[in-house]
Amino acid sequence: MNIHEYQAKKLLAQYGVPVPKGAVAHSKTAAIYQANEIGGDKWIVKVQIHSGARGKAGGVKLCKSQREVSEFCDKFLGKKLVTLQTGPTGKLVSSIYVEEASDISKELYVSIVLDRTVQKVTLIASTEGGMDIERVAQETPDKISKITIDPAVGMQPFQARQLVFTLGLPNNAIAAASRAVMKCYRAFRDTDANLLEINPLILTTENKILAIDAKMSFDSNALYRRPEILEFRDKTQEDPRETNAAEHDLNYVGLDGKIGCLINGAGLAMATMDMIQHAGGEPANFLDIGGGASAERVATSIELVLSDQNVEAILINIFAGINRCDWVAQGIVDFLSKNKIDIPLVVRLSGTNVDKGQKILKDSGKQVSTADTLADAANKVVAAWKSQQKIKGAP
Amino acid sequence: MSIFINEKTPILVQGFTGRLGSFHAKEMIDYGTNVVAGVTPGKGGTTHLGKPVFNTVKEAVEITGAEASIIFVPPAYAADSIMEAAESNIKYCVSITDGIPTHDMIRVKRYLFARAKPEDRMILTGPNCAGTISPGKALLGIMPGHIFMQGNVGLIGRSGTLGYEAASQMKELGIGISTSVGIGGDPINGSSFVEILKYFEDDDETDAVLIIGEIGGPQEAAAAEYFKHHMKKPMAAYIAGLTAPPGRLMGHAGAIVNARGESAAEKVKILKESGVMVAPTPSEMGLTMAKLLKTI
Repeated sequence: MNIHEYQAKKLLAQYGVPVPKGAVAHSKTAAIYQANEIGGDKWIVKVQIHSGARGKAGGVKLCKSQREVSEFCDKFLGKKLVTLQTGPTGKLVSSIYVEEASDISKELYVSIVLDRTVQKVTLIASTEGGMDIERVAQETPDKISKITIDPAVGMQPFQARQLVFTLGLPNNAIAAASRAVMKCYRAFRDTDANLLEINPLILTTENKILAIDAKMSFDSNALYRRPEILEFRDKTQEDPRETNAAEHDLNYVGLDGKIGCLINGAGLAMATMDMIQHAGGEPANFLDIGGGASAERVATSIELVLSDQNVEAILINIFAGINRCDWVAQGIVDFLSKNKIDIPLVVRLSGTNVDKGQKILKDSGKQVSTADTLADAANKVVAAWKSQQKIKGAP
Repeated sequence: MSIFINEKTPILVQGFTGRLGSFHAKEMIDYGTNVVAGVTPGKGGTTHLGKPVFNTVKEAVEITGAEASIIFVPPAYAADSIMEAAESNIKYCVSITDGIPTHDMIRVKRYLFARAKPEDRMILTGPNCAGTISPGKALLGIMPGHIFMQGNVGLIGRSGTLGYEAASQMKELGIGISTSVGIGGDPINGSSFVEILKYFEDDDETDAVLIIGEIGGPQEAAAAEYFKHHMKKPMAAYIAGLTAPPGRLMGHAGAIVNARGESAAEKVKILKESGVMVAPTPSEMGLTMAKLLKTI
């Protein structure tokens, strides 16, 4: 689960990480009020959306007057912002963060990640703050330092010093920087985070350390024991179809193609999407219906796939282990008895009770095309989709 | 031989009396697996499915001599159960549970490695997997046993149902499996491809290996490297997720492209360069293995 920058900063400040004075605003009036409260004559204003690359999209601005703050709010509040990371639909800006502007002497990078290579938590720091860290790692790996944390004892102060001494800071800033890094680690550890990124962490012209940006995301499997983190959830930043699917305990990811997919198991779902592409189509979604699919669950899943207006054909691919093919077939037949669908539907069943399942489909008399193998299923759904395109006269 | 489990291996079921544990323990017993006991705290002294139930793994191991265990405990308590198994000298453990917090799994791994000698450490596969099967001998998992034919190919996969797909494609072609091991779809898992490959390389009954990977993480690249330098047996692979967009989580908690080298295309390239035969599509996993076996 992702959270907003202002929420991450609030959380980090609670742990003692130094952040600039700032406040969130949900309206123009509030933004101007907050700028006045913060004081001074220049502010950084930032749109709050769950995406990086906000700056490149114009969503971060140094304002030197209240009028500029007001103009910024007019331009963004209540509208969608498209960045390099949001996809073409963009994300809704429902809040703006107003922050006192800092005089920067050095920009650094600090992050904490779950390092899958060593299967431990790793801290990463670099002198190249404000840059794309993947690029820095690729082009100038010597500018990156890493330390790995022993989960039995947690991060030790010497490790923080080791990291901080590689950053070329003046001696009177070392202690503050080490403390900030230690506190970031504690925030990460105590909240079941899986990513914390401060880019940049700055040294001010007065040799103070400040976290200027903050990004955090959390392990959704651990939210049951982190109610305070769950409160940060902002559903307006999520794809409503994915939220709806999650409420039914289904795993859905919306994509750009035309062929809707309904599959059991994440690996098989990805493989089926690949097979559709190989056959000349594009998947409209990823959908894992999981194990133990009841007839109702299958019907809910079909509705979900059909709720995407782009879907022009559907492929159902079930390899039943814990599932039973007859349950799945019954779910399909039940759905078709109550709803009329005017797009091609291809079903491939395999595994436990496959014969019973196929008989249910056949005896129902419904318009369902069946397939025996994965390749057969993908070819049939793409062929059906293409022939329908011809009927419609589309290119 | 097969790896990790055979018809004699005495097996313990943790979370034995729950709904999932009961259902799958029965399937395992029906398959012919030597299930000797179960553990459910508070139900010690009772009998379930004709097997004794114990309060602790320690007690169950002392009395029954169980060597392997399977865990059906809910996610919030599963890490604790894995560590209990390790402490009680279980040699091989499968964790089926999906949804264990990642920070818990990091602690579990640290705990498993606390024992100085590698031979004293418990081998863990999963969590979030379909389990392990040595066809015709023993089933320690939730997969439908009938689609796995006994034979000479070792199978390792991150995905359950895609593993079924591979097993059934091979069965159609008359190719059987020595042992199939699910390593699970989580970012931090008990064993990686490499750790299982070592066992297949040393197994008399395994002549070739098929690995089924997907987007996310460094495991497939590590397997390619290991294959190149340490394996004599031939290996085939399939990687799912060529059409998966970067930065999006595809169902499995570990199936996300976050860094360079984690996309399906990059993994395929690395595997091919190391001499692994890669199935071009998921419908050709069986055919690719048939082709590979002809080279032996």
